Amino acid sequence: MTTGTPTDGATGDKAAAPQQDGSEANGTAAAGSVASVDPRLLVRERGFAGYLDDLTRRLRTGELGSLPVIVGLIVIGLVFQLQDSAFLSANNLSNLFVQSAGTGLIAVGIVFVLLLGEIDLSVGSVSGMSAAVLAVLNINQGMNEVLAVILAILVGMAAGALHGFFFAKVGVPAFVVTLAGLLGWNGLMLQILGPSGTINLDDDGVVAQLTNHYFADKIWAIALATVCVLAFLGFSLLDARRRKAADVPSRPLSEIVLRTVVVAIPAYAAALVFNSYKGLPLAVVIFVGVILLGDFVLRRTTYGRQVFAVGGSSEAAARAGISVPMIRITVYAIAGTMAAVGGLFFASQINAANQSSGAGSLLMNCIAAAVIGGTSLFGGRGKTWSALLGALVIQSINSGMALLGTGSAVRDMITGAVLLAAVVIDSISRRTQKTAGRA
Amino acid sequence: MSATPVLALRGVSKRFGAVQALTDVELEVHPGEVVALVGDNGAGKSTLVKAIAGVSPADEGRVEWNGDPVSIDKPHDAQELGIATVYQDLALCDNLDVVGNLFLGNELKSGGILDEVEMERRSRELLSTLSIRIPSVRIPVASLSGGQRQTVAIARSLLGEPRVVILDEPTAALGVEQTAQVLDLVERLRERELGVLLISHNMADVRAVSDRVAVLRLGRNNGTFTVSETSQEEIVSAITGATDNVVTRRNARTAQQASTTEVRK
Repeated sequence: MTTGTPTDGATGDKAAAPQQDGSEANGTAAAGSVASVDPRLLVRERGFAGYLDDLTRRLRTGELGSLPVIVGLIVIGLVFQLQDSAFLSANNLSNLFVQSAGTGLIAVGIVFVLLLGEIDLSVGSVSGMSAAVLAVLNINQGMNEVLAVILAILVGMAAGALHGFFFAKVGVPAFVVTLAGLLGWNGLMLQILGPSGTINLDDDGVVAQLTNHYFADKIWAIALATVCVLAFLGFSLLDARRRKAADVPSRPLSEIVLRTVVVAIPAYAAALVFNSYKGLPLAVVIFVGVILLGDFVLRRTTYGRQVFAVGGSSEAAARAGISVPMIRITVYAIAGTMAAVGGLFFASQINAANQSSGAGSLLMNCIAAAVIGGTSLFGGRGKTWSALLGALVIQSINSGMALLGTGSAVRDMITGAVLLAAVVIDSISRRTQKTAGRA
Repeated sequence: MSATPVLALRGVSKRFGAVQALTDVELEVHPGEVVALVGDNGAGKSTLVKAIAGVSPADEGRVEWNGDPVSIDKPHDAQELGIATVYQDLALCDNLDVVGNLFLGNELKSGGILDEVEMERRSRELLSTLSIRIPSVRIPVASLSGGQRQTVAIARSLLGEPRVVILDEPTAALGVEQTAQVLDLVERLRERELGVLLISHNMADVRAVSDRVAVLRLGRNNGTFTVSETSQEEIVSAITGATDNVVTRRNARTAQQASTTEVRK
């Protein structure tokens, strides 16, 4: 199983060729395709030294990306492991991944919204409402479960699109629209759950399987990790060959191998962990699949490019012929869809929809996950992998605190502090980028 | 310079309610020629540019393209003809890289997926033919200087292979060196046989790069001058509408002072 750590953590854009600050020394040594090398130009340099230079340049100019959260995860892991050796056990880690899927899936939607520089406060309520819709349709009305799941997700999508409509077409601030959604959808959920307030789901149903099914055969986890690593290697090689053919800077083979190794280590480590417990969890497969899909949409399609453009400057995007309202409405629809999917995962964990579905700290956890993972609150910068990293941080704190037996009071304080730290890093890196960015 | 102008306006008029913004304006732009459009605030420069760009079409008058009458009713019409407009406030996205900005709205795709390699190749090709030096085509536009950003914005307008480029105040917010970069680029556009319409307040820039200067005053033509044969005072007086104005008086005064100091020596 791959994690987001290596793919883009260091270089931000996979498509970007390794370019580093050609300070005087590098400038002359550079084997760039530029004929006469101006020392101020960023020229690429082959080999690992250039890679390190690139990294330091990015750190200096505030392009931190996912680095702080990876460091944070390691620190959290070490601290809890020292307190209780059960923390890094296969059992605990496997559960931790499965439990982070719900938060993480909702956070994927939040990443899209944050890329626009907006916020969605309604995702918690929408997730609860979707779970309630599913439970009512499937259990109370006796509808086919798969159909009920599809309808529940569509309800979430419609709720998101409605927020987007009021924001994009009517011009109500997104904060207020989704605040109305926070209250309204929660009310609707209580209404449709009826007087009993709790509807238990079918123990063997599709939704129940979401977080309870494991591919027990060890071959699955290893096979998936292998497929991911080989796919990464294959696409990198293909990309490098196309770039070479087109005579634009490409990654040298040594670097592709290095990056593949960096992808392979967490992928196989995760596979080993899962195999030491119950096997590859279905929840993790879906979660990572959604992240890969979202990442592809954001970085490889016109739609994704348009989302980034609107987040960077809606005025410029409109002048370039992009329909800004369409982008806004669809992004909120995506957030609503992901909230609904996440809601089903939470329902799966307790195997029921009840009055507290989507309530409590869920909303803040999802937004915190996206921000902690490295997606900027200011719009235009971020990736779906933030959702995985951030959700892991939050779930690690939850899990570690539960192991240590501390109450929710301490846990909330620590989660709040981590969120604050993430926002501070985001603000400072934005400021550094502004000052360092000016050539 | 060829005989037929690539773009010609004949008797263009535009009215906003009670205000006659443009009256019988004539303008010609030839291939490989830089025409400066100057005039005081409110002279109708922006209105004329909007009419050409199709943002707000003229009420009366003809637009000729290579001698043939055409109608420009919306921005798309102007783009179809081959008129590219670079507005004063740059329409660039800070968070996207140079390649992303150049192709924004016209992304190249292969099989539904963004073709980053081809876009990067064409970006490098375009920037190098224009001799635009930027650190890398893969860094966010936010980290470029004002002049570099302006050159990227101009380069972006060239991707559609236009015949006429309209530059609205391209040097307004730039420093000395950055202004020079942009003016260099304007000259390269001329070398590529493009017609350039340059709107500027800066007389030094106008005289530095343009072949002809078309002066607008109160929405009417107030003379077209060949830069090499015209003094700055003549252009200024055409802009202000009088030979006796602040600029000429100041020039006369400084000339007088200079001669008196000469005498004292």
